[in-house]
Amino acid sequence: MKLIFEKHKDGRKGFSYGLSDVSGAKPLARKYCRASKASLPALSELDVVRHYTNLSRLNFSVDTNFYPLGSCTMKYNPKFTERIVNFEGFSQLHPLLPQLSGGGILAQGSLEVLFKTEKLLCEITAMSAFTMQPLAGAHGELTGAMLIAAYHKDKGARRKYVIVPDSSHGTNPASAALAGYEVKVIPTGADGYMDLTEYKKQLNNEVAAVMLTCPDTLGIFNPHIKEIADMAHKVGALMYYDGANLNAMLGICRPGDIGFDLVHLNLHKTFATPHGGGGPGAGPVGVSEKLVEYLPISRVVKRNDGIYALDYNYRKSIGYIAPFYGNFGVILKAYAYMLALGKEGLIQAAEIAVLNANYCQARLKDYYELPFNKNCMHECVFSASRQAKNGVHAIDIAKYLIDKGFHPPTIYFPLIVKEALMIEPTETESKESIDAFIDTMIEIARYAIEDPALIKQAPINMPIKRLDEVRAARHPDLCWKP
Amino acid sequence: MSFIPHTQEETREMLQTIGLKSIDELFKDIPASLRARSFNIPLGKSEFQVTEILRSLALKNATGLVNFVGAGFYDHFIPAAVDAITSRSEFYTAYTPYQPECSQGWLQAIYEYQTIICQLTGLDVSNASLYDGGTALFEAMMMAVRQTGRNKIILDSGVNLIYRTMLYTYTSNLSIEFMEIPVEHGQSSRQGLFKYLDDKTAAVIFQNPNFFGAVDDYSDAVEEVHKFGALAVASVYPVSLGMLKTPGEMGFDIATGEGQSLGIPLSFGGPYLGFMAAKNELLRQMPGRIVGATVDSVGKRGFVLTLQTREQHIRRERATSNICSNEALCALRAAVFVSLLGKDGFTELAEHNYQKAEFAKEQLSRIGGVQVKRASPTFNEFTVLLPRHADEVVQRMIEKGFACGFPLGRFYKGMDNYLLIAVTEKRTKEEISRLADGLEAVL
Repeated sequence: MKLIFEKHKDGRKGFSYGLSDVSGAKPLARKYCRASKASLPALSELDVVRHYTNLSRLNFSVDTNFYPLGSCTMKYNPKFTERIVNFEGFSQLHPLLPQLSGGGILAQGSLEVLFKTEKLLCEITAMSAFTMQPLAGAHGELTGAMLIAAYHKDKGARRKYVIVPDSSHGTNPASAALAGYEVKVIPTGADGYMDLTEYKKQLNNEVAAVMLTCPDTLGIFNPHIKEIADMAHKVGALMYYDGANLNAMLGICRPGDIGFDLVHLNLHKTFATPHGGGGPGAGPVGVSEKLVEYLPISRVVKRNDGIYALDYNYRKSIGYIAPFYGNFGVILKAYAYMLALGKEGLIQAAEIAVLNANYCQARLKDYYELPFNKNCMHECVFSASRQAKNGVHAIDIAKYLIDKGFHPPTIYFPLIVKEALMIEPTETESKESIDAFIDTMIEIARYAIEDPALIKQAPINMPIKRLDEVRAARHPDLCWKP
Repeated sequence: MSFIPHTQEETREMLQTIGLKSIDELFKDIPASLRARSFNIPLGKSEFQVTEILRSLALKNATGLVNFVGAGFYDHFIPAAVDAITSRSEFYTAYTPYQPECSQGWLQAIYEYQTIICQLTGLDVSNASLYDGGTALFEAMMMAVRQTGRNKIILDSGVNLIYRTMLYTYTSNLSIEFMEIPVEHGQSSRQGLFKYLDDKTAAVIFQNPNFFGAVDDYSDAVEEVHKFGALAVASVYPVSLGMLKTPGEMGFDIATGEGQSLGIPLSFGGPYLGFMAAKNELLRQMPGRIVGATVDSVGKRGFVLTLQTREQHIRRERATSNICSNEALCALRAAVFVSLLGKDGFTELAEHNYQKAEFAKEQLSRIGGVQVKRASPTFNEFTVLLPRHADEVVQRMIEKGFACGFPLGRFYKGMDNYLLIAVTEKRTKEEISRLADGLEAVL
């Protein structure tokens, strides 16, 4: 498709501000002004709408395709929450309003949403308090790492290391490093669990925290998790819970009960807010009692008279990690979702998410290598190693799935599984859609033996064929030039 | 309410395929001692019930105020087509376009967004978005630290205090040394810059217009910064770039900013849009996703995520940033917004803002005791000195239906009587006149 810039026609306009009711002010001196107008496209409103509408049709999305992208929890995003964020009372509220003298009363509705969402998340995770401010999961991790640093500094010891397993998300070590920590990586044992011997060896009073996902990125619940937490606590380290996989745990297990001290949640995963083509998300961070005093400011409190207010009076707070109160629009959708599902709905979401993943695993394990043959939680991880022997790699399987109308699973992650295929069907997919996906996966396994070339040439049904990624990186073309 | 499609029969069949008898058995690997000790969540509600609960909460927020508060976050009009396009669920229910063949719509839209950001800022390369203007500024600062191998940052105190505070928070565990250039009469002091600038400096950070609304041409300062081998970073207000000299024209190495004013609702502080553009030579230091154009196996143009070896999923603790999810949908809003306005419309938007603010300055300067600060030219926001505490004035004006501005004493010592007033294209002549009348009455 042509770029919008290539559809430009001088003199066209897609929007007009009309005549201003004031004019005639002396123009700004030339030295402060840009030399010429920006080369922006000029099109009619219909041109613009048609351009972007047609672009939208080139995407796979949850609303159009099965999207079992492991670790991302691509569940259905209920439509009613979209309407709620568009209520003017929410969408038009200036964030500085409650910071004006006498302005707190003007934002009571939004402050109540923040306060009540925090309370629900505390109960879901068994944490004492949450900051709703982190703007994405990785941003939550960074906030968590800074809270960890503040805690240890306050206790008089800087501590040097953060421990992560080799199966962790890349954001974990990257976030720890950004908070000034060195990263120690613990290998995964032959049983699929973090190697406890190596863990014990690395654990000492220079370790600030252990960052884990639970269930882990192999989709497995580690039965030694309590032991791991106890050992960390024994040397004064904190336990950090990466909430990417919380969907399997709703009402089943709570990080706080297990012994985690900090938690970040991905509201765009577990609580059904849309992923927006890469964002916005929201990554609120919950903490146990001993870390509450370090949380970022401001915090939303409920006064004795029932009025919600912003409180900045936390001497040990790490400070500002976001300009305001978090991605409010995302938090609001998650709140609406939690109210709608309620206790029974949240538990059922976890149960059916786990059922769907185990069903995939059970039906596919005769066809694909299952590196750790265990009951899985919300996702299952296969290896395409058998197929790779015939030259059919995870990437080829992904491309064939695209041809058949399925968004591929996450591939080549976790890094510890060769040719990884990480499948997370989520609870909102019906048996028919999962069966259709599984049947295609079985077909691929058959072709990998009988006719590998057929898989290797995919995709053939899409508007483009495989792209030259090496060329993109070697000769970066990152914007259109007039 | 539930979004689960399974019938009881299907659940039973699926369990049978797995070889289990009950849902409970799915969780048999979790020791009983680790099962949830409580789960005290209210029972579910219908769509109608939840909608009404939240409708009534929305009504508890004040929306009727005539808004003159900006301070970095502005009340601009959003054309309906922006909402229509970003409501396409083919956009909003997709995720990061890891698989280019089924994500060309998103990838092309981001490539177009990157182009728009380069055009507005006058710089060479842009990424696919960051969280907000503050985190974008932090990332820019870290780029400069890595690029120069130095750790001293000179920060103009005309940079939004919210962002300065964020920089201090983020660097509390890193060895970064900060110097703040004082502001004199609302303008950045060149003397202050020269005092701190040396060959240990990694970056100098300015904001244009600065927090007081003052517009400056930083070309001379940037030239000095470069003499010391440091990088110059600008935090800018994108709507102003329809009129103002661009960061590129002034020689800045990196520009960042808050993209909220490009078609994104105020929404109580988020989701917003951090944008970033830089000179070509800084490309490999950039954080976040970047989309590039390439060709497919038959030579047809297509788009991919590129230069991924910078990123956390490949480089882990040595990545340029920890960012994964970004603000793609907000970037799409910005792209659609700017495309609708187009070359002339975007200039028109800047012109209307400028004219209305100038008109407001005229109106307010007629009020006895009110002093409109005119040491620097401004774009759509300016500072006034009131004869009494700005907090009191703001409170009285709220009662009259106006959010009349942001009291500078909240952020700057000794400025209790100063008010920062933003006037966007949405404010009418009549509203501005009523603001002036109202202020006159309460002073």
